Amino acid sequence: MATIWIDGVSYEADPSRNLLAVILELGFDLPYFCWHPALGSIGACRQCAITQFRGEDDHQGQVVMACMTPAAEGARVSIDHASAATLRKSVIEWLMVSHPHDCPVCDEGGECHLQDMTVMAGHTYRRSRLPKRTYISQDLGPLIGHEMNRCIQCYRCVRFYREYAGGHDLQAMGTRDRIYFGRYQDGPLESEFAGNLVEICPTGVFTDKTQARHYTRKWDLQTAPSICTHCGVGCNINPGERYGALRRVRARYHGAVNGYFLCDRGRYGYEFESSDRRIRVPLAPRGEQNQAEELSVQAAVTRVAKILTSSRRVIGVGSPRATIESNYALQRLVGADGFFHAACAEEHRSSLAALDALREGPSRSPALREIERCDAVVVLGEDLTQSAPMMALAIRQAALAIPRSVAERQGIPPWHDAAIRESVQSARGPVFLLSPAPTKLDDLATRVYRKTPRAIAAAGQAIARALDPQVPALAGDEMDRAGIEEIARALTVAERPLVVAGSGTASEAVINAAANLAWATSAAREDDRAAELAYALPWANSAGLSLLGGAPLDEALAAAERGEVDAAIILESDLDRIAGPGPAERFLGQVRHAVVLDHIAHPTAARADVVLPAATFAEGHGHLVNSEGRAQRQMAVFSPDEPIRESWRWLREAMMLAGYDEADSWTGAEAIAEAAARDHPALARLPDAQLSADFRLGGAKVARAPHRYSGRAAAKLHLNVLEPTPPRDNDSPLEFSMEGSPVLPPGKIETTFWAPGWSSPQALTRFQEEIDGPLRGGDPGVRLIEPAGEPFAYRDVALSAPSPELAPTPVVAAFGSEELSALAPGIAALAPRAFLELNPRDAASLGLADDDVVSVRARGASARLSVRLEPGRAQGTAGIPLGLEDIPVALSFAGELITGS
Amino acid sequence: MPADVDTKIITRQFGNEEAKNIEVYESLGGYRQLRRALGMKPEDIKAEVKASNLRGRGGAGFPTGVKWGFVPADAEDVYLVCNADESEPGTCKDRELMYWDPHQLLEGMIISAYALGARNNYIYIRGEMMRETPVLEKAIADAYERRYLGEDVLGSGFACHITVHRGAGAYICGEETALLESLEGKRGWPRLKPPFPAVVGVFGKPTVVNNVETLCNIPYIVEHGSQWFADLGVGRSGGTRIVCMSGHLERPGVYELPMTLTMRQLIDDVCGGIWKGREVKCVIPGGSSMPPMSADELDVPCEFDALMTDERIKPVEVAPGVPFDMGGGKELRTMAGSGGIMVMDDHTDIPAVCARVVEFYHHESCGQCTPCREGTGWLAKISHRVAKGEGRPGDVDLMASIADGIAGNTICALGEAAAWPVLGFLTKFRAEFEAKIKAPKEGAAA
Repeated sequence: MATIWIDGVSYEADPSRNLLAVILELGFDLPYFCWHPALGSIGACRQCAITQFRGEDDHQGQVVMACMTPAAEGARVSIDHASAATLRKSVIEWLMVSHPHDCPVCDEGGECHLQDMTVMAGHTYRRSRLPKRTYISQDLGPLIGHEMNRCIQCYRCVRFYREYAGGHDLQAMGTRDRIYFGRYQDGPLESEFAGNLVEICPTGVFTDKTQARHYTRKWDLQTAPSICTHCGVGCNINPGERYGALRRVRARYHGAVNGYFLCDRGRYGYEFESSDRRIRVPLAPRGEQNQAEELSVQAAVTRVAKILTSSRRVIGVGSPRATIESNYALQRLVGADGFFHAACAEEHRSSLAALDALREGPSRSPALREIERCDAVVVLGEDLTQSAPMMALAIRQAALAIPRSVAERQGIPPWHDAAIRESVQSARGPVFLLSPAPTKLDDLATRVYRKTPRAIAAAGQAIARALDPQVPALAGDEMDRAGIEEIARALTVAERPLVVAGSGTASEAVINAAANLAWATSAAREDDRAAELAYALPWANSAGLSLLGGAPLDEALAAAERGEVDAAIILESDLDRIAGPGPAERFLGQVRHAVVLDHIAHPTAARADVVLPAATFAEGHGHLVNSEGRAQRQMAVFSPDEPIRESWRWLREAMMLAGYDEADSWTGAEAIAEAAARDHPALARLPDAQLSADFRLGGAKVARAPHRYSGRAAAKLHLNVLEPTPPRDNDSPLEFSMEGSPVLPPGKIETTFWAPGWSSPQALTRFQEEIDGPLRGGDPGVRLIEPAGEPFAYRDVALSAPSPELAPTPVVAAFGSEELSALAPGIAALAPRAFLELNPRDAASLGLADDDVVSVRARGASARLSVRLEPGRAQGTAGIPLGLEDIPVALSFAGELITGS
Repeated sequence: MPADVDTKIITRQFGNEEAKNIEVYESLGGYRQLRRALGMKPEDIKAEVKASNLRGRGGAGFPTGVKWGFVPADAEDVYLVCNADESEPGTCKDRELMYWDPHQLLEGMIISAYALGARNNYIYIRGEMMRETPVLEKAIADAYERRYLGEDVLGSGFACHITVHRGAGAYICGEETALLESLEGKRGWPRLKPPFPAVVGVFGKPTVVNNVETLCNIPYIVEHGSQWFADLGVGRSGGTRIVCMSGHLERPGVYELPMTLTMRQLIDDVCGGIWKGREVKCVIPGGSSMPPMSADELDVPCEFDALMTDERIKPVEVAPGVPFDMGGGKELRTMAGSGGIMVMDDHTDIPAVCARVVEFYHHESCGQCTPCREGTGWLAKISHRVAKGEGRPGDVDLMASIADGIAGNTICALGEAAAWPVLGFLTKFRAEFEAKIKAPKEGAAA
């Protein structure tokens, strides 16, 4: 540690950091724009000026930029010195020369970094009387608004979009005071991470278009810590609610998982919550004369209880998008034998194999921010940018690990982004991609291999064998020797190698080959350490559901086919979407009774006896386990209108009525989580994921709404002149109101991220233990899975027999493949239309051309798809979009082409 | 004006259309110094250059030998880049050097590359130099043919390549780090220093950027030795100086001269005095970015250090009686800059000159850092309205305050280039500005 002096007072500081970070960390206010903890320093805005002195006797000093100055031993600086304070005031004055004072109509107003900094720097009087410059703003698609007139040219947007996130279609154009940030022409931003511009931009140039449709100021939002439900990565989110509906989702900083960012699926998928397909009351869809009939809570629960007591064999279909609690309640209700997963056999096997691999071997599953620090990466099969976008973003940073270390040896400090870029240029560390089709990470890859899933597994195994001869040999089409050795060498010499795979290839063999590859590195490395092993699982709770155990949906269908099922309780799943309308209808016809719990109406729900309105992620409490094996708590953002409640609460009520006594003890979110933790050793630490409901700050709970929250008394005035009492929350340390402890709470339960003088998301530095480090008091969540270590047995990689048929391979779309987010209008607008993607040679040999329509079928489901040729696709594969409307998931995993007349 | 004739060294072929032919250049002794240099140790060449007091001719006057010394001793790939993006208003010497005597530049570059161990080298030439680019390209092709360039220069085993890269017309790309960004195919943006180009330069490698005139001097230092070169100059500045005399002069032109000549001698003796028999009013001594000198300050030699320190030149002020602070209380007089001397007669409208100068720097601001991007735009608008007689009370103070805010607070020197002349004009011709500002109209807002 170094000793530095700020305005005459000495402090300890880490000399590897810059003074801006240190000054903010110490709790001082110092305005800045171009610096961002994830992007580093470029010294462009000149706002963070401080005065540096040569020694104790130097009183004149020199103005320096805090972001460009290391916290070197003995540094003496002043924030208050007149020369720096004057410049800071000038800089904000310059920025304001052309900034429109449209704060009242600007979506950023009230959480604008520029507002905060203007006040902080003390610019109060406008000397310029000149006309302001204007620009023509662009239409950047359904998610992001653009208002260039507000721009202060801090360059954060292009630095994030291009350099951090690898996007190409946002540029800084023009020069002098006519710099323009936009696209070459109007059109949707192409990056899956474009939504982060809304938070990266210090003012209102990039705004959330979805929020604009139901706009609410930050101070009028109720928020709570939550977890994204749109893929298995488990990014932390801060959803905001007003008037009983979500208004937006913002990234919630997590020091180990998603850092500052989110992907657009996660940011904009939330609008499913107010979709017109929401189920808001209990229903009997097949009531009198097959007309849907609304039920009272009492009637609905009674009907379900009656089904439970009158049926001999009741099965449950658990959901990878439902919480641990809801799945656990269902599993207790139907018993382990009767518990199935709403997932195709392929997806189910992949998830289970991934979980086993992470528990049985020596390889640890890294958190996202640990992935960023890996310096050699092999990806087997997965198109991460589409299936787990934030993992792809982490790999983009990992590719810079080695070039950045070269810059460090040149004496460039790690925060000096501009100099690092000059040093790094286009150099990237070793990243090897083996995939069936082109991916958006190809641009940074050392080498790209296009292979069928089968060949990817074989190649993975062959590389593993090159590292450790103990790995069993496989017959199969491998890759060339030089390629195998190149990857093996990269994994051997790297400081921190990483192997990535996922369920996106629908191949358990790929999952197992990835494990073998990661494990085999330990044999070749001097330090005997195995590579880290990351899997991208498709659903928010794929890992959690797999930890509970259960059989795939196909077996439930088979059991019903055999007449062994009297009733099915279907939790938060659309069986039509997975198995196809035919098989789903057949299943529901074969079981005498069906109960569906979900928040979204779908064909499966329409065929049930009873449908219960389940709470969404924003309306209820529960835990999810992400692909890393980290359990994270979702806290209800708001209390939904009666009778919507969490699925587990519905199940509990029905179970209590039907005489399942254990449900009695599930008195709240914590009680049921504790019960699950007791029953499942793998979930033992589940209750540690968040602070418990009896946590108090100075005797008070933490408010979900900011102290400036307005209009509470009037919000429901049209229903009742008496102001209703805010709902109680017995399940968390949070309060559904703006009344709560005035003390800043620990980071893990902070709701609004506001600090005096800091209304924008940049207030975050006030909640981090150190800049870019964990939240004060620790990040939320708890890892449930740790590697077993040595000894281990290599996993069996079972390759399917070589076949002349094209191998069906899912094509995952960031926008469209995930069921819930696809219901958000903005996401839906960006989702691809259905297609069948073929290599032109395969198409030629089948006599197919672009736009020809082909039938695809599997397990009783079918679809007609039009052909799209992709020269980059591996020969021998047929790419079938995953989860798009009218394409049952089973087809993407197992579809067979019906060609010929 | 005999002084001009006496000191022609690197401009001696000006006017000789034949000298650009490689045979003629060779017959005049060309490339002989390269042969000699290849027989020397690179360290010895570097030591000679350092001892010669050669200072960068691009504008900053930084000692060339010291700059070369910043390259890390263990550097593997080193680049030498010749800055031929001469764009400072009033400056036109590099253009002439490249046109009349391209091989002189190449010989200087190859010797320098040999001293620095630089294999791949670039001449970054201003895009508008359409006359000079083909001349250079022809010269390079001829030099390759005669093995002055190539994988094995004159059988010495030293590999040296030179590539001409044309800029696209941005003034900022003459700033050495913006030039490097542009050379890499990126936006021409100045870089923050440190790291300096000698450590992290083009393509992430150590790079030396030298001006055309600077490099043209190298063969003569090899030929005559450092002492001879240092003796040509004065004080800490070795060699001759090329000045580009423009403006209201009888005989404007490019002259190579001893540095001991004063401004007044340059005007009266070298250029035949002010045209139309008028009096001098104002002189910009080193490209339009330098603070101007008034008529009573012209008896100072046009040498780097003298223009910065001679007390006969009034220090630049931010307000009457308040000197501008260069940092650490250092006063700003003026600088020799790029040698572009612009002379204005007593009919000159100084506020109009000021507005035009500011407009140039505003137009050429890269837009990276706030003070320059926003400050020059604001300054240009105020300057124009003052020049047009539409100024408002307080505009002079506002101009000074904006300029003072820009200077010293930007990433590169373009901020100073815009601010210094404004402060200089205001310091020395304040009354002209004030006279132009009309009384406020009835009821008009301030």
